[in-house]
Amino acid sequence: MSIEISNLNAVYNAGLPYEVHALTDIDLTIHDGEFVGLAGHTGSGKSTLIQHINGLLKPTSGTIKVNGEDIHAEGYNLRLLRTRVGLVFQYPEHQLFEADVLSDVAFGPKNQGLTKEEAAEKAKEALALVGMDESFYGLSPFELSGGQKRRVAIAGMLAMDPEVLILDEPTAGLDPMGRDEILGELKKLHEEKHLTVILVSHSMEDLGQYAERIVVMSGGKVVMDGTPKEVFSHSEELTAIGLAVPQVTSVCRMLADAGWPVENNVTTVEEAKRQILAALGKALPEEEGAHVS
Amino acid sequence: MGIIRTAKLIYDYIRMDDEGQPSEKNRAVDNVDVDIEKGSFVAILGHNGSGKSTLAKHFNALLAPTSGTVWVGEKDTSLDENILPVRMTAGMVFQNPDNQIIANVVEEDVGFGPENMGVPTDDIWKRVDESLEAVGMTAYRKASPNRLSGGQKQRVAIAGVMAMKPACIVMDEPTAMLDPSGRKEVIRTVHELNKKEGITVILITHYMNEVTDADRVIVMDKGSIVMDGTPREIFSRVEELHACRLDVPQATELAYELRKEGVDLPADILTPEELAGALCQLR
Repeated sequence: MSIEISNLNAVYNAGLPYEVHALTDIDLTIHDGEFVGLAGHTGSGKSTLIQHINGLLKPTSGTIKVNGEDIHAEGYNLRLLRTRVGLVFQYPEHQLFEADVLSDVAFGPKNQGLTKEEAAEKAKEALALVGMDESFYGLSPFELSGGQKRRVAIAGMLAMDPEVLILDEPTAGLDPMGRDEILGELKKLHEEKHLTVILVSHSMEDLGQYAERIVVMSGGKVVMDGTPKEVFSHSEELTAIGLAVPQVTSVCRMLADAGWPVENNVTTVEEAKRQILAALGKALPEEEGAHVS
Repeated sequence: MGIIRTAKLIYDYIRMDDEGQPSEKNRAVDNVDVDIEKGSFVAILGHNGSGKSTLAKHFNALLAPTSGTVWVGEKDTSLDENILPVRMTAGMVFQNPDNQIIANVVEEDVGFGPENMGVPTDDIWKRVDESLEAVGMTAYRKASPNRLSGGQKQRVAIAGVMAMKPACIVMDEPTAMLDPSGRKEVIRTVHELNKKEGITVILITHYMNEVTDADRVIVMDKGSIVMDGTPREIFSRVEELHACRLDVPQATELAYELRKEGVDLPADILTPEELAGALCQLR
């Protein structure tokens, strides 16, 4: 499912003293099956942008086309769009409300018109995708840990079979393992189910590890768009807009500046390790999962 | 004896069934003995559910121990008559800035605490001035809090606690909802308060990068203290931290991986600068 945003402008409080240009002339195409990271500091327009993508906000001007169709054209089924482009808000666990985990996840598909049994089936599949087995079905969502609640909330979205999943800071407030679990599951879904993923995050470390493409926003505009390597090679610009490159990128950058034969845009600990070992003339380690957590 | 001390502290969350009878017991803090030195900067790390927030809530008498004792400024927190002095000794800052700000104007919000304590008006204004100055928010004193960024709001919340002149501030994940620049603002502010005003700081977090400058790091797992030392001592124990569902800063992780491959690096690297420096010595 491709998303084509052209010339998008969003103005809040138009004509009032508090007028804010939240988005200015955004042109952005998200291709089918991509894993895109959306970065930018608070107030850069990320949340406004993603709410336009599934039609929650209407553009002041410009168009958003999903699979070639303008979503604000007359007669377009926005309700259907919202089940195909699933948006997981920040702190989605605040939206859990049912008495048990299974009913909470089944709520979406039931609203799509499935029977109770079909909806329960969908819910079970979705829970399996986020690594939650039947021992959780009967529990109250409010008894779960932070990471588990968040997975239930994401399952609630997956149960509606979206083709695009947009997540706004899905790991905020989670501990490092909870973060790795959620992001690992997203990556798996992306690979196995060919799901298009748009991940909003402040953490360049996470985006460097998981995203194929990073779009950086600042002041309501797209200021960078490329692979993690391309984006991380602009560390001064990123720092200037309140973002930081991952620590390993800075290490390699400092080494490169000191004349080492390493790249100044490495994205992960493993990559940095390989390049530094090679520069030191040590044998490259065998292929392995270096980050055992 | 330090400003905060616990002895054999145990806390159980007890669930009641429909008849109001206790049905399930969940031990959140399990036999913790800790002594926090006055004027120090102590970080408490732990994964979600490790008991760190429950422990922190004992430090200003929001929770009373199931068994064991907590002393704050040498006062036993389980006694009713001590609750007020304890809360004046140890102020608390929480995760979500929006839940902690109550007034429509920044300076009124900061003055709310001392006003409740019965501080004379002139003195309140003095405290408000000083607190706003200390967190670098003087320019916003007449602003409406809802027009501030997350980091700015959190600094106002900290100023509000400071205006009550506590000897100690306990912060429960004060940066979890902030972006990287907001996070830096808050952490820098807290370090300044610690150094300049001598306020004891207890910082609860799971962002490892925030604790590298602490005097002492305590790691909790399953309600107990499993590690206790300087940041360098703690972060050199990468595998034990992973076992507690925690991370180390990426630079430390990279140094650890390189050491495993036989690169001769010190075990206590914390920052990218240190790692790059140490590597340059080798080549």
